[in-house]
Formats: sequence, structure tokens, C-alpha cells
Amino acid sequence: MHKTPLLDQLESGPWPSFITDLKRVAGRKKAAADLLGVLERSYKDKITHWKHGGIVGVLGYGSGIIGRYIDIPDEFPGVEHFHTVRVNQPSGWFYTTAALRELCDIWDKHGSSILNVHGSTGDMIFLGTTTDQLEPCFAALTAKGWDLGGSGSAMRTPSCCVGQARCEWACYDTMDLCYQTTQNFQFEMHRPSFPYKFKVKCSGCPNDCVAAIARADMSVIGVWKDDIRIDQAAVKAYAGGEIKPAGGGTIYKKLDIKADVTDLCPTICMSYEGGKLSIDNKNCNHCMHCINMMPQALRIGTETGATLLLGSHAPILEGAQMSWVIVPFMAMEAPYDEFTELIGNIHEWWSENGKNRERTGELMLRLGMRAFFEGVGLPPVPQTIRTPRANPFFFWHAEDFEAEAAGRKYIK
Amino acid sequence: MALPKAELVEFIFDMVAKAQGKKQLKAMDIQKAVLKAHPDQPKNDVKFAIKDLIDGSRCVYTYFGGSFIEIPHEEGAAKH
Ligand code: HEM
Ligand code: HEM
Ligand code: SF4
Ligand code: SF4
Repeated sequence: MHKTPLLDQLESGPWPSFITDLKRVAGRKKAAADLLGVLERSYKDKITHWKHGGIVGVLGYGSGIIGRYIDIPDEFPGVEHFHTVRVNQPSGWFYTTAALRELCDIWDKHGSSILNVHGSTGDMIFLGTTTDQLEPCFAALTAKGWDLGGSGSAMRTPSCCVGQARCEWACYDTMDLCYQTTQNFQFEMHRPSFPYKFKVKCSGCPNDCVAAIARADMSVIGVWKDDIRIDQAAVKAYAGGEIKPAGGGTIYKKLDIKADVTDLCPTICMSYEGGKLSIDNKNCNHCMHCINMMPQALRIGTETGATLLLGSHAPILEGAQMSWVIVPFMAMEAPYDEFTELIGNIHEWWSENGKNRERTGELMLRLGMRAFFEGVGLPPVPQTIRTPRANPFFFWHAEDFEAEAAGRKYIK
Repeated sequence: MALPKAELVEFIFDMVAKAQGKKQLKAMDIQKAVLKAHPDQPKNDVKFAIKDLIDGSRCVYTYFGGSFIEIPHEEGAAKH
């Protein structure tokens, strides 16, 4: 075992420590022992000793295995190769304990025993194995019905919130959409053929529990079109303190409906007068605040579906971006043909026009929303406008005049 | 003229072999080059021709900040 005085300090805090866990595994796995060694070394050097990429993978797949090496293998031979295996998670991350044991047994046999539940991709991440163990590990996984997730310039493993399995705010079946999308894009997940990564994340409502708006190229966020359902008696009960705020989980005795709810509505579309709550639903932007505060009194509407947004990513070529509304409302019903076709069109437009490592959001900014909508065949509707136009010039095309003469407007 | 499937596979293999060591090709570079030489080639043919080369181990996927298609060679990043 390496001496790890810096890491040892991490064990002294109040929380369960990953160092303690790693030390336990280090007793039986050389990789874990050297992992601690190289981590201690990095804490001292204040630089990572990992590099990634290369050629490793399993036959037929260009995704799911991430080659990982260290730059000082002579000192830490146990982690000279320390490849990552991404295992496609079940929708909503529901496992039986039997399934978890099965996965742990496979990884105990073929890897470092260290895993990450779950990576920000959504997959279960098996951390660290050698090249010769990749095919046997993959074979063991597929024999039990598991598959690898996406990596590289490919469709990434879609992920979703627990949706209708646990949550009454889910505006569509997030788990089903996630599962069907995973099935529909198997080719694109396992055989990288895009300019860069493409992620789909599905949240059932605007609370956005999988942070789709910031972490997915295609962010699917549940929404309703009609009115928030109000139970006026329950509103009164909140006001009177019969129903406690946060179900009794705070120091506050009762909700101040005006200060805590209506005054915080971002579009100022609510009022509470004479013991009656009213909402001007036309101006509600579905922020979820009022529903989160009074879950027993307010419910999402009944005409539900999702808003599609495109383009969020972390900084690589350009700075970070949030996703941008491209379809204000789509009814999300199986078999999701409209959704699948739109993703296909986006892939095609992006593959045709994107530069190496350019994400969809960056391409959308570089070529402009007009080119995007034309390229993927979507109508530009008012909800898709993020900022009013600043350029006073408007260029007319000859086709516009011809179209106008034929009774239509603005075709270009 | 669109190539028959077997010829398309060889056409792509030659392209990857010629580029080896000079330029790393992405799937889309290959598709664009095929369509330039054979404008009527269905795009799906290209996808499946690449799959053929990968499944037969004649080509491999690599990752160097992006995913490429190359002739198998010695494990790269270990030495980089
Ligand atoms: C040979 C004569 C002229 C030339 C070469 C000329 C050139 C230009 C150019 C290049 C611009 C664009 C400026 C920019 O891009 O910001 C412009 C804008 C403008 N010009 Fe002229 N101009 C001429 C005569 C005139 C005359 C006689 C008037 C008015 C009586 C006029 C009124 C304007 C106005 C109002 C704009 C601003 C348009 C807008 O902001 O949408 N120009 N001109
Ligand atoms: C005391 C006299 C004036 C002052 C202080 C003044 C000031 C300004 C300012 C500050 C702007 C905005 C420039 C910008 O967008 O950066 C502007 C724009 C403009 N001014 Fe004047 N102006 C004066 C007289 C005139 C006159 C007499 C005319 C025409 C006969 C005129 C025509 C325009 C036009 C066409 C624009 C461009 C508007 C646009 O494209 O949005 N201005 N002026
Ligand atoms: S995103 Fe909405 S529907 Fe999904 S779990 Fe969170 S609150 Fe529930
Ligand atoms: S959901 Fe948000 S915007 Fe809509 S009424 Fe409630 S607080 Fe206002």
C-alpha cells in the first residue's frame, strides 16, 4: 500500500469517505491500491496524471468503452490501463437488488470493483479495467441482457426522471420515452458518426429533475397547456395552517399565501384575495413554484405533453449554453414517431453542416435559427424567439415577392 | 453511378487506408467523400458499409477528442 497522508485527512470529516471505501477494496485489488497512490500523487503535484482516448473498445462498437491510461505507469503499474465501461442504465434507474448483485459480480471478476452509480451521462460507470478484460466483461454483461451505453461522437445513453413511476407531476411517461428512444437509436449509440456527442434527457415537468435544460442537446421537458387545477379548500387549509408548509418539514407554522406564493410568481399572474386564489393561466409560464409550495392544493393541468429545447452543452468550442425552445408543445404519446423523426432530421442537418466537435447548440448559433428551422423542417413560432431582432435590415428574396403574389408570405 | 455493396466496402477501406497516418476520418468525412464520387449512393449504404468494415475487424473506431474510423494499429493513447 502506498503512503497517503493527504488522502487520509479526507477520512477525518463527518461524511462517509470514498478513501475508506477504496482502501477496503485495495486489500484485494492492486488497481485500487495504485489508484490511491496516483491520487495522492496528484494532490501533491496539483495536476492529473490521467489521459484518455485511443483505440480500445469491443468488437463492433465504437462506444461504451473509454480508454484511460496514466502518464507514470512505472510507478503505478496497477492502473497503467484503467479503462471505463459504461453500462446502459434502466430508465429511471430502477434496479432490483438481484440486478445490482449481478453487475457487481461481473465487475468484481473483470475489473477493479470500483463503480459509480451513476455518471452524469446516466449510465452506470464501471471504473477501471485492463484491455484484455474488455471483451470478457462485455460478453458477461450481454449474456445477462445488459448493454453498453454511448460515448464519443455518438448518440449518448438517453436518461430520464422517474416520471409517472413515482411522481404525479409527470406530464408524460418519461421512462417509456427514454426507453423507446434508446431502442430507436441503437445504431447511432454504438457507431459514432456525428460531429460530436448528442444527448437526450427527459424530465416530466419543469422542475427538470434530470437538469435536461443544461445537460442535453435535446431537452424534453414536460408541460401542460390548459389550466392549473386548484382545490380552493386546500388553499384555505394552507393559509390557516391546517396543512403545514413542506408537510411539516420546516420551522414555519403556516404558509403566507401572498408572500410565499403569489408575490413570487415570476409572471405576476396570480392573486389571493378574499380567501380565493386565482390564476391568469394565459400568462403562467409553468415555473412550478406555486405547485411546489402547495402540492395538496394545486396540480398540473390535464392537457399534457412536452416542450422540446435544443442546444445545451458545457464549454468545448464555445462557452456553455442552455437549451433553447424549438417546439413549444408536442403531445408525447407512444410510439413517438414525430419526436423520433425530428431527432433524425436534426442529426442529418448537424452532420451535414457541423464542424468537428461542434455541438448542435453551437451550430445553431453559428448558422442562425432561420437556417436551423429551414434545415430541420420546423415552423418558426413565437415561443422559439429568445431575443427580439436587433438588426434593422430585412432582406427580401425574389421568391418572397413571387410567393406573396401567389397569396403566401415570407417563404425564405 | 452508385456502387454495389461489396465494391463500396472496398472503396471506403481504400480511402481509410490511404488516409492512415495523414488524416483521421470521421464517419461523416467518409460519407461526404463517397457522395462526391457517387452522388446517387444512398447514405444508408455508407452506414452499413462502415458497419461491415468494423464488424469484420478491418477497421476500428478510435477516440482522440472525437470518434474516428481507422485501420487497426497499436494501442495509441498508451504511448501518446
Ligand atoms: C450616394 C448616396 C448615398 C449613399 C452611397 C448611401 C449609402 C448608405 C449606406 C451604405 C447605408 C447603410 C449604413 C449602414 O450599413 O449602417 C445607408 C443608410 C441610410 N441612408 Fe444612405 N446613402 C446615400 C444617400 C442617402 C440619401 C440621399 C438619404 C436620405 C435622403 C439616405 C438615407 C439613408 C438612411 C435613412 C439610412 C439608414 C437606413 C436604416 O438604418 O435602415 N441615404 N446609406
Ligand atoms: C439635433 C438633431 C439630431 C440629433 C441629436 C440626432 C440624433 C440621432 C441619434 C442619436 C440617432 C441614433 C444613432 C444610432 O442608432 O446609433 C439618430 C438616428 C437617425 N437620425 Fe438623427 N438626429 C438628429 C437629426 C436628424 C435629422 C434632421 C434627420 C433626418 C432628416 C435624422 C435622421 C436620422 C435617421 C434616419 C436615423 C437612423 C434611424 C435608424 O435607422 O434607426 N436625424 N439620430
Ligand atoms: S422532473 Fe417533474 S415529473 Fe420528473 S421527477 Fe422531477 S418533479 Fe417529478
Ligand atoms: S407555475 Fe409559476 S408562473 Fe405559473 S402561476 Fe404558478 S408561480 Fe406563476
